[in-house]
Amino acid sequence: MNTSEKTMAVGGTSSFRKVDTSVLLDRAGMLLVFLGLFVTCSIFVDNFLSWRNMAGLSLAISMAGMVSCSMLLCIASGNFDLSVGSVIAASGCVAAVVINLTGSVVVGILAGLGLGVVVGLINGFVFAKLGINAFITTLATMQMARGFGYIVAGGKAVGISNSDFFVIGTTYFLGLPTPVWLTLVTFAIFGGLINYTEFGRNILAIGGNEEAARLAGVPVVRTKILIFVIHGLMSAVAGVVLASRMTSGQPMTAIGFEMTAISACVLGGVSLAGGIGKISYVIAGVLILGTVENSMNLLNINPFYQYLVRGGILLAAVIFDRYKTRSIG
Amino acid sequence: MSVGESIGSSSPYLEFVRISKSFPGVLALDDVSFGVNSGSVRALVGENGAGKSTLLKILSGVYRPSSGVLRIDGSERAFQGTSESLAAGVSVIYQELVTVPKLSVAENLFLGHLPKKRGLVDYPCLYELARAALVSLADDIDPRTPLGLLSIGQQQMMEIAKALTRGARILAFDEPTSSLSAREIERLFSVIERLRSEGRTILYVSHRMEEIFQICDSVTVFKDGRHIETFHSTKGLTQDILINRMVGRDIKNVYNYSERPYGDVSIEARDITGPGLKEPISIRVRSGEILGLFGLVGAGRTELLKLIYGATRRTGGEILLKGHPAKVETPRDAIDQGIVFCSENRKAEGIIPLGSVQENINISARRHHGYRMGFINETWERRNAKEQVRSLDVRTPSLEQRICNLSGGNQQKVILARWLSDQMSVVLFDEPTRGIDVGARSEIYALIRRLAERGVAILMVSSDLPEVLGVSDRIAVMRDGALSGIVERTDTSEQKILSMALPV
Ligand SMILES: Nc1ncnc2c1ncn2[C@@H]1O[C@H](COP(=O)(O)OP(=O)(O)OP(=O)(O)O)[C@@H](O)[C@H]1O
Ligand SMILES: [Mg+2]
Repeated sequence: MNTSEKTMAVGGTSSFRKVDTSVLLDRAGMLLVFLGLFVTCSIFVDNFLSWRNMAGLSLAISMAGMVSCSMLLCIASGNFDLSVGSVIAASGCVAAVVINLTGSVVVGILAGLGLGVVVGLINGFVFAKLGINAFITTLATMQMARGFGYIVAGGKAVGISNSDFFVIGTTYFLGLPTPVWLTLVTFAIFGGLINYTEFGRNILAIGGNEEAARLAGVPVVRTKILIFVIHGLMSAVAGVVLASRMTSGQPMTAIGFEMTAISACVLGGVSLAGGIGKISYVIAGVLILGTVENSMNLLNINPFYQYLVRGGILLAAVIFDRYKTRSIG
Repeated sequence: MSVGESIGSSSPYLEFVRISKSFPGVLALDDVSFGVNSGSVRALVGENGAGKSTLLKILSGVYRPSSGVLRIDGSERAFQGTSESLAAGVSVIYQELVTVPKLSVAENLFLGHLPKKRGLVDYPCLYELARAALVSLADDIDPRTPLGLLSIGQQQMMEIAKALTRGARILAFDEPTSSLSAREIERLFSVIERLRSEGRTILYVSHRMEEIFQICDSVTVFKDGRHIETFHSTKGLTQDILINRMVGRDIKNVYNYSERPYGDVSIEARDITGPGLKEPISIRVRSGEILGLFGLVGAGRTELLKLIYGATRRTGGEILLKGHPAKVETPRDAIDQGIVFCSENRKAEGIIPLGSVQENINISARRHHGYRMGFINETWERRNAKEQVRSLDVRTPSLEQRICNLSGGNQQKVILARWLSDQMSVVLFDEPTRGIDVGARSEIYALIRRLAERGVAILMVSSDLPEVLGVSDRIAVMRDGALSGIVERTDTSEQKILSMALPV
């Protein structure tokens, strides 16, 4: 077997050992896959390594990164949220319309974020308090939010008059686009949330065994509502950033984005069964997904085939996930 | 019987030859060799984590041994999965039964090979077959009932019936009696007796020494994954010898009871009503007192604890803490006011399976030790986990080990550790020593005693009569959803308590 066998402690002693190689591999596994992919793409895909492409790639990844972080909380607690894409679109539209109405960027942004929080509250309340299945709940709010976006925007893209708003999406800081910085900050915050706070641990406990968590005094309902509120908020943040990048609120954008976020998480190794969640998994998933899409575009692969590839990767990831949970026993 | 013995005398029907099994960081079995004759019941005993369950999982093909072989009826076997071991006539009945609760008994019995007519399940035939399979095991079960509605004992009988329909020659039981009522245990034993007389080979894992002397012909002792000794007969063998071989030392005065001074009433449940109770129940526990709660399985003891804890909604009555009415509507309320509850159902209500040992220990107590804004105090968590693991002697390769990889008894210790880390004034224990080995058991009694000495009020449910009598200051007895009486320890006997617990 592996090296751990030689340093094995006999079952009858409570000796403590440092992390062994298999644990290390589990932690960094998908990041290594990404590195391999990155190197391969650098060699075989023309222009992949160019500065321009790297900036484009990081920008493309930034939105998925933000939303996947909060999706991680949902999945780790044993659930998921389908309303992401619609909230992204609707909050962008709300921000755009409110900015145009009031002339105030701040009020516009707050309105956009507020929409995300409201959708999150509805999701959380219906799911956690009333005990309705998360799939159905968020399937419903997904359509409602999309519809709301169209209504607010009047059915078409809303150009934004105040150019101060574009600072968020179109400027650079230290050579990197601002949205990329925002995403990096998001990674750091969510990493801390999961690893170092009671809230984060409670999420994993709920995902692992909800009844045990409840009996251990974990505030299950409150935690679940909070998860969905945070997720709504993060979707709205992504929506506002996107609106700023596109200098308009677009009701038809980000269709199917919930699938991107879920795929990224699962691809990185977040178990759909709940109870497991590490920010490094999400980062790896987002990077892999982004890199694959970017190279497919560079290689001029027909978009129809891109669907096949993306679906295939997701399928491979869930099969891998299944295999992993099985080996846990 | 004669068939079994004639084979048995020549060579063992089932043989483990130099079996080793390692997991990352743990050598669960270390060069284990022994054989079992057909027509006999072999006890496997050893401390928590000694490797008993692992051996059974190798027998059933759940795990493959790292080295060594299995021999059945003289031929070598290497099972790649449970279906292969079943086909070879091996059935292992685990403590946590693997069943489909929503399907009927009959469907569960024949899952995988349901009788069919023109491609559809032939239900009349299925129920007929099921009824035949259950004869003299559980005649009272209607094969059409959903399995989930049966008691654990009945489900176990169904598992045995299932094993027999598949022609099992070897049956292994892993702690089968830990959730059974006294009557169900009797029934199980008579079934095992019958299986033996039919010449089958039985392996029996248990931490209950009396049982071993009652139904086993021979005993194999494990320690730290090694085969220590096999006693080919129980003649001349005593519990003390066996315990000494298992633990490596003598254990005297398991309960070690001593008088303690009590304080005022710490918790009072007044006229509690709710699901599972047939009458309002009132109960008081003084600080420093251990109140045992005895009753047959199904008497409503767990339900009462859960109602007090706020885990189930009360339909009436109130909880008073130190004489004042207290709001205990949810487990969180209870914990905030110093009441903790240690569930009997480790798998469903205790462990967070993918969480580490450390995480499982700290999940509840951490809120008293965290930093602001809910940040976790990692230093405290590590230190607490380390201390608890040491004081309860949890056998684990590291604090990072997932709890689901620990042996059953060690998982139980981790759950106990979770509640012992908390700051509490009232503890509701539901079968705290379930699945815990004899040696560790006396340590846990000592811990409970120390809690009481610190002034904690303890309400302890147990189905183990000697345990209840050995540990408690007073004993409350429940029968059929009602309290049938409370007696002082000085003023009672096993007979008296049993007569209060048995249905009238
Ligand atoms: N899947 C696993 N992964 C890692 N370690 C394991 C696994 N299964 C068992 N072990 C370890 O192997 C050892 C033996 O475990 P086993 O379950 O066989 O003990 P046991 O004798 O049945 O104990 P108990 O009386 O507590 O049930 C323990 O130290 C346990 O932690
Ligand atoms: Mg075991």
